[in-house]
Amino acid sequence: MKNKVILLMVILLSIFIFNFAFGNELNIEVEVDNSEPEGQLLNMKVTGVEDNSTFKVFKQLDGTTEWIELKSIDKLSSKIYIGNDISTIIRVVTYDNEGNILNEAISEPLLTKAKWFNTTRLTRFLFLVITAGLILLYISKAKKKHDIFLRPIAGLKAFEEAIGRATEMGKSVLFIPGIMDLDQVETISGIILLGHVSKMTARYETDLNVPVARSIVMEAGREIVRESYMSEGRPDQFNNDMVHYLTDDQFAYAAGVNGIMLREKPAAVFMQGKFYAESLILAETGNSIGAIQIAGTGSQAQLPFFITACDYTLIGEEFFAASAYLGQDPKLLGSIKGQDMVKAAIMIIIVVGVLFESFGAEFFKKLFEIG
Amino acid sequence: MSFGNIFGAWVTVFLTLAILSYLYKDNPFYKIAEHVYVGVSAAYWGTIAFWNQVWPNLFGRLWPEYDPATLTGFNKFWYKIYNGLTWFSSSIFPENGIPGNQEQNLWYIIAFLLGLFMLARLIPSINWLGRWSLAYVVGMAAGLRIYGFMSSNVIAQIHGSILPLWGNGMGIGDTINNLVLIVGTVTGLFYFFFSVEHKGIFGKVSRVGIYFLMISFGASFGFAVMGRISLLIGRFNILIEYSKEQYGYATIVLLVVMVATLLILNLKKPEPEEEIVE
Repeated sequence: MKNKVILLMVILLSIFIFNFAFGNELNIEVEVDNSEPEGQLLNMKVTGVEDNSTFKVFKQLDGTTEWIELKSIDKLSSKIYIGNDISTIIRVVTYDNEGNILNEAISEPLLTKAKWFNTTRLTRFLFLVITAGLILLYISKAKKKHDIFLRPIAGLKAFEEAIGRATEMGKSVLFIPGIMDLDQVETISGIILLGHVSKMTARYETDLNVPVARSIVMEAGREIVRESYMSEGRPDQFNNDMVHYLTDDQFAYAAGVNGIMLREKPAAVFMQGKFYAESLILAETGNSIGAIQIAGTGSQAQLPFFITACDYTLIGEEFFAASAYLGQDPKLLGSIKGQDMVKAAIMIIIVVGVLFESFGAEFFKKLFEIG
Repeated sequence: MSFGNIFGAWVTVFLTLAILSYLYKDNPFYKIAEHVYVGVSAAYWGTIAFWNQVWPNLFGRLWPEYDPATLTGFNKFWYKIYNGLTWFSSSIFPENGIPGNQEQNLWYIIAFLLGLFMLARLIPSINWLGRWSLAYVVGMAAGLRIYGFMSSNVIAQIHGSILPLWGNGMGIGDTINNLVLIVGTVTGLFYFFFSVEHKGIFGKVSRVGIYFLMISFGASFGFAVMGRISLLIGRFNILIEYSKEQYGYATIVLLVVMVATLLILNLKKPEPEEEIVE
């Protein structure tokens, strides 16, 4: 009998120890995350939730007794946003399949504070300051002496040649500023290039046609073309219909522009802006009518199509640098030089980083980690 | 099968064949499809922009639904303006505010004014006001994007390019992979160096960079073409489906009619010779 009691005790003790070591004791760890400048962020980690159970997370604000369910939390590791300067308690409850409470865990009161600086983004901040500083430095240098060298880019030299060809043939110039709105950097760059192109068409008295896919781009385009015609002393040649709206829809716009190409048969087609899947349709149609085509975009996926179907293509950075090349404005030339210095710094950082990483020093790479 | 389904199939087939007829040359069928597509989509997007953006996000935040008994202070005056708009159009500005559980946020008056400034471009004497809206959009876009670009296009790229060439149990394959990636990134970056003439050693490095770029463009081109082919197959499947009896042989009938019409038009009107300007 005594042996049986000892055996039973051993079994019970084993079950208790096993449960303690590997069981499903619900545990909640919540800590204040200091990475967000607004504060308000808690990192929650829940352990001990059984596979077949569900759980709910609640919060209770200081001075209240009500538990408010946080419905957006469905992962065991989650981020929770709470109000600053309000002490908050987090509670996790697990339920079985029938909705009965299995277990619950409650955190300590937690408090978040707003901060001025987000220290985890220090690298990005420093990089931004250094980049801006270098660009400003070279702009000021360029303003003092105007002899900044820029290597020739074939596509840019061809701008004037293409418009000259259209003038000789008595045909129009078609400028397509992409299909996106003015909140895209490529569209802004495309509109700036439209300014240069329209100056040339004004000078050569060549027809210009600019179909657009966004109303704001149309207004910006009209503004810049009007200004170009005024600056070239040809305001009489400008009319609002040069820049006209077609539609916001991507492929309807492509169909419309194709129609213009097939009917007007422009001698020069400029595709400068942000493009998506319509790029090849446009470039192929331009090619089929025998127009000289100059494309420029930062859209990586569309560059291959332009390279295949166009006479000249401004690839990525070349496209963004184009306005500096065409305008020869010391401010823009200086900014190109400044950006070159940033690129040189990036190359050095990569090479040094590779050496550190190869020798097992991982701290350098961690400096560039984005959380 | 309902009449609606059959009619829809005929319209689909007609528009598909009309758009594809562009491969032959510009023709009346393509013109019809193009103009219908452009016109319908412009109207569609205009409607979507108003009812999905302007109405709930702008008007809905300026004049959210309210209980007339609870109006106090400034809101009494503010909703008097709204009541004037209700008189103008009760479907856009229904009584007691815009439904949708939005919270009132009067900062949106700035957005409202910038929108009105854009409309001022229709009046020549005050069209200069539109420049403020344009300046806001351009400035805001540039400022907003710089941080994102700096994070994803610069710092994340640097982080991704810092790779070990040896150690940590790396095999020869890993070393070659990482080396290709690092050389490709650095030389590709060098190609976009504008203030140095690409001659001598710089020319060689930049040439390696452009080779890398062209190889990646080639791979990207092939990948995109595969996607386009699958789209084409999908369209052909629809045409085949609609060529069945239950759809009244829509594809076959329309194809024959269109080809015959194009042939007749071509015979009637020979293409004029292109004018050559000396």
